[in-house]
Amino acid sequence: MSFLRIDNVTKSYGSLEVLHRVDIDVEEGEFLVLVGPSGCGKSTLLNMIAGLEEISSGEMSIKGKVMNGVHPSKRNIAMVFQSYALYPNMTVAQNITFGLEMHHVPKPERDAAMNRVADMLQIRPLLARKPGQLSGGQRQRVAMGRALVRNPDVFLFDEPLSNLDAKLRVDMRTEIKKLHQRLGTTIVYVTHDQIEAMTLSTRIAVMNGGYIQQLGTPKEIYDNPANIFVASFMGSPSMNLLPAKLKRNGSSAAVEITDSEGQPIVLPLLDGLSVDGGDDGAEVIVGIRPEALTDPDGADRNARNIVAIRNRIDVTEPAGSDTFVTTVMAGGDVVGRMRADAAVVPGQVCDFAINMDKVVLFDPVSELRIR
Amino acid sequence: MAAASAESAIRTGRFTRVFLYLVLLLFALFYLLPFGIMVLNSLKPLSEITGGNMMALPQTWTLEAWRHAWSQAQIGVEPTGLRPYFWNSIKMVVPAVVISTMLGALNGYVLTKWRFRGDTILFGLMLFSCFIPFQIVLIPMARVLGVTGLAGSTAGLVLVHVVYGIGFSTLYFRNYYAAFPTELVRAAQIDGAGFFRIFWRILMPSSGPITVVCVIWQFTNIWNDFLFGASFADFDSQPMTVALNNLVNSSTGVKEYNVHFAGAIYAALPTLLVYIVAGRYFVRGLMSGSVKG
Repeated sequence: MSFLRIDNVTKSYGSLEVLHRVDIDVEEGEFLVLVGPSGCGKSTLLNMIAGLEEISSGEMSIKGKVMNGVHPSKRNIAMVFQSYALYPNMTVAQNITFGLEMHHVPKPERDAAMNRVADMLQIRPLLARKPGQLSGGQRQRVAMGRALVRNPDVFLFDEPLSNLDAKLRVDMRTEIKKLHQRLGTTIVYVTHDQIEAMTLSTRIAVMNGGYIQQLGTPKEIYDNPANIFVASFMGSPSMNLLPAKLKRNGSSAAVEITDSEGQPIVLPLLDGLSVDGGDDGAEVIVGIRPEALTDPDGADRNARNIVAIRNRIDVTEPAGSDTFVTTVMAGGDVVGRMRADAAVVPGQVCDFAINMDKVVLFDPVSELRIR
Repeated sequence: MAAASAESAIRTGRFTRVFLYLVLLLFALFYLLPFGIMVLNSLKPLSEITGGNMMALPQTWTLEAWRHAWSQAQIGVEPTGLRPYFWNSIKMVVPAVVISTMLGALNGYVLTKWRFRGDTILFGLMLFSCFIPFQIVLIPMARVLGVTGLAGSTAGLVLVHVVYGIGFSTLYFRNYYAAFPTELVRAAQIDGAGFFRIFWRILMPSSGPITVVCVIWQFTNIWNDFLFGASFADFDSQPMTVALNNLVNSSTGVKEYNVHFAGAIYAALPTLLVYIVAGRYFVRGLMSGSVKG
């Protein structure tokens, strides 16, 4: 029996179904991230776990107890909101203990719990202040303190970092991860930022259009995307998707694209392709991550199948740690990621190494992965 | 607010500024003139008014008219002065303002944070009460007061004014709470606070400005109301406005203008006080939510 079970859950507003048959099992101590573009239903799903939105059909249970129709305060959950939702008229201390007070916890215990949390988050000097007197990062901490003090079964985070500036966001990300490692609590976290999803989670559910597109570990999602949506949504810069032709010869297979001069390049697939992967000459979409298209010296030494090609570089974008290059393949712009010191000049033809281990194929019609 | 407006104000030259102040001063004088004359004449003995210039300063300064208007003037049957009617008004205004403001706040809370099917239509209907002329409801209201047995009592007047006040107070609070973050309500729900607890502990403490606006508005309207007071009150529940009318319009005896002036000022005093004490919140509250920041 899993800790948090979402079984065949749907959400509709009138006749409009916005979440379609969602199934997720979360084990105790997991950090599940729901990620997707806005309007994909991730926040709705989180609100349903919290009990702020009704479940239209299906079942949701925490620790084996069915939670459909149970009031939010009786689910033993805590939530951190995007706007932090700190009560403006109360001090930080009152904000943190409000939930305990509502649950009739005696004052000495409330204070003990508050002190524990205040020390953990280092917000002790802020306890007497009002939320209006705090910076964004401090508010974020207080909001987390308010969630932590309840000792809930499940923590729910609704885009908690999206109101912070870039540097603070990275710091708080690490902080949240540390907190999870230390406390080992179960967390469901909603974000539209795929980097947050990758760095924080133990598992990711990529959502789009009210469907779970793929559920898996960050590595699975990144290396083995189930469809074109997942492939292009996860990763920055996003995966290059090129139209290509499938070449089959007995048990071996390859895909053919064109280089910047319109000449064909053949990319052999080391592990071949299953029978239903398409016939010889079929149209496919080849997905190449920017880091799989790099300079020969920067290529992964453990890769089993590297194809060397030469291609013209149109634009270089030195980013400090890497240099991103734009080149043309299969008639479209393709982004490659090279070492920072790679000697590349715009307009010149350079050597590239394509790590075929990381290349994935998709069906152009169904947009699903071909293996 | 003051600091912000000083910073964001458009800079003007000295000449325009002087001109502006002159115009403003002129208008202020124009508006204050009637009140000034009232004050001056209320401080004169009657003989100075009947025998001379209304605009002139008093030759003998006296508070006699004020004393007379307050406790001795003949209103109705007894020479009680305005005092009992003043208290009648207070007894009517305070509960009516408190109840209509509270109900308006509650309505605004429900209409924005506990939305239900048809809530906008309901709100629209409630807004009608802001535009219905008083005269239209006189007869139906008389019937209601008769059936409930509240006719001729202060409680009846309170009821009338609460019913009429809910429209405006709901409008104020609904618009104020519409800008109040719903996430706060949700956070409080998760924390375990119920419907009324969220209202009292989260929303009300943040409703200062709009409450002031609502109280000023209701207080002024209810205090100054004459029609309902004249229609539905008995001798022992008549509000100040009706008593003032009876004082001024009494058809027997000498017209004691100085007493009338003093009485009129008594009648205007509470609303003036409310404006002076809470006026700066009034503008602030009316503007809140209209601009960001």
